[in-house]
Amino acid sequence: MAARTKVSIRINGTAYSHEVEPRLLLVHYLRDVVGLTGTHIGCETSICGACTIMLNGAAVKSCTVLTVQADGGEVLTIEGLAQGEELHPIQEGFWECHGLQCGYCTPGMILSTYQLLLRDSKPSEDEIRHAIDGNLCRCTGYQHIVDAVQYAAKKLRQKAVGNRILDPI
Amino acid sequence: MIPAAFDYLAPATLEEAIRALGTHGEEVKLLAGGHSLLPLMKLRLASPTLLVDLGRIPSLGLISQEGDKILIGALSTHYQIESSKLLKEKCPLLPQTARVIGDVQVRNRGTIGGSLAHADPAADMPAPILALAGELRATGPQGERRLKAEDFFLGLMATALSPTEILTEIRVPLLSGRCGTAYLKAPQKASGFALVGVAVWLKLSASGICEDIGIGVAGLAAKPFRAKGVERRLRGKNLNPSLIEEAASHTAQGVDPMEDIHASGEFRADLARLYAARAIQEAAKRAGV
Ligand SMILES: Cc1cc2nc3c(=O)[nH]c(=O)nc-3n(C[C@H](O)[C@H](O)[C@H](O)COP(=O)(O)OP(=O)(O)OC[C@H]3O[C@@H](n4cnc5c(N)ncnc54)[C@H](O)[C@@H]3O)c2cc1C
Ligand code: FES
Ligand code: FES
Repeated sequence: MAARTKVSIRINGTAYSHEVEPRLLLVHYLRDVVGLTGTHIGCETSICGACTIMLNGAAVKSCTVLTVQADGGEVLTIEGLAQGEELHPIQEGFWECHGLQCGYCTPGMILSTYQLLLRDSKPSEDEIRHAIDGNLCRCTGYQHIVDAVQYAAKKLRQKAVGNRILDPI
Repeated sequence: MIPAAFDYLAPATLEEAIRALGTHGEEVKLLAGGHSLLPLMKLRLASPTLLVDLGRIPSLGLISQEGDKILIGALSTHYQIESSKLLKEKCPLLPQTARVIGDVQVRNRGTIGGSLAHADPAADMPAPILALAGELRATGPQGERRLKAEDFFLGLMATALSPTEILTEIRVPLLSGRCGTAYLKAPQKASGFALVGVAVWLKLSASGICEDIGIGVAGLAAKPFRAKGVERRLRGKNLNPSLIEEAASHTAQGVDPMEDIHASGEFRADLARLYAARAIQEAAKRAGV
């Protein structure tokens, strides 16, 4: 068996360190080793986007990243968004606009939204649809998700100081 | 969906990576963005025993200008290319292509070097690199080699790289004067990969004559190619829709089109004709025809 490798990763602001097999996928590390099961596994084949997280400021499908590739990195998952009982504006948007039904795709949708709003504080409907191209939803028909993203963008712009509406984690 | 076990190295320099590639008794694979290799490994279609991760060599991920060339590090992601101010201003064909690859998450991880080295016939990036007559640089135990884009692609997932070489850089020209570019693809509906993708750059003289043109075609054949017959029919001419359509009808000439469950060869050839005409038209419009 291949030698285990030590990894140190900051997840939602907390430092974690483990010995892992190089073949361990990041999504399995987050769910099975760290116990953060908010990140979902849908297809495991890089298609559905349910496993989307932020890694060093970029949305990635964590089923297609090795844990060892994230060594020394900074991860944000769905668990890192709310402040205690207070929902993050993106979560609030999904809540207010019915951006989810079964909720399976939602953690990934929300992190892809996070990526979009990090890069563009005022996306058009087309840009929103382009930005969630890598996330499949079998329930909502997407329109409510687009509404939710628009709600979140507006709310974040109201709260923002200067151009930046989100912190790049 | 779990890859077979392998050993993992993440060298900090190119030299170390080249040494690691020569490790005897191992089936060694380079890892860039992992968005072609890891899916194959999860399906156990590839089972390397040693992965050499290029992701810790920061110098491979830079985009810069040198004289009349733009230098793109092999590890530059599709997103870096899509959002590069330098490229958008001086060589927009690459951002235009990068933007239609996969989805946001794929573009955040997938790299230009990985895409070219993998040489998937349905990949997008080979088309603009061929159209722009880009130069590729690779380093191996014997030092650096320069390869013309045209000599790089050999066939289905086969390139001129030797197993101990690393693609380090892609050089494309800085476009100046009355230039227009376009990349258009007919995507396979489920995967987004190109059934056919056509990249065009062209340059017009002050009087509107097509001084030079490069056309790269992906998806149609087992290897991406330059549509030289179409280029020849347009160089030195005043571009107009009927001339463009006539020239584009030669896109698949002498090419053996791929056939699969997504499209017959005949359909692919027809798509190539249509998308070539549209892409040339679009590039001409952007150049101000
Ligand atoms: C869901 C999904 C959708 C996609 N859609 C598209 C699409 O629409 N169009 C498209 O073109 N592509 C698409 N891709 C592929 C994507 O662009 C890949 O990222 C790209 O083809 C490979 O780049 P990589 O950096 O991920 O390479 P890797 O997967 O890391 O490597 C691929 C191969 O190239 C070799 N290699 C990598 N870098 C080098 C180097 N510097 N020197 C020598 N060899 C090297 C590796 O050893 C490996 O064999 C998609 C991928 C996914 C998962
Ligand atoms: S589980 Fe990762 S993309 Fe579907
Ligand atoms: S809410 Fe059910 S899959 Fe999106």
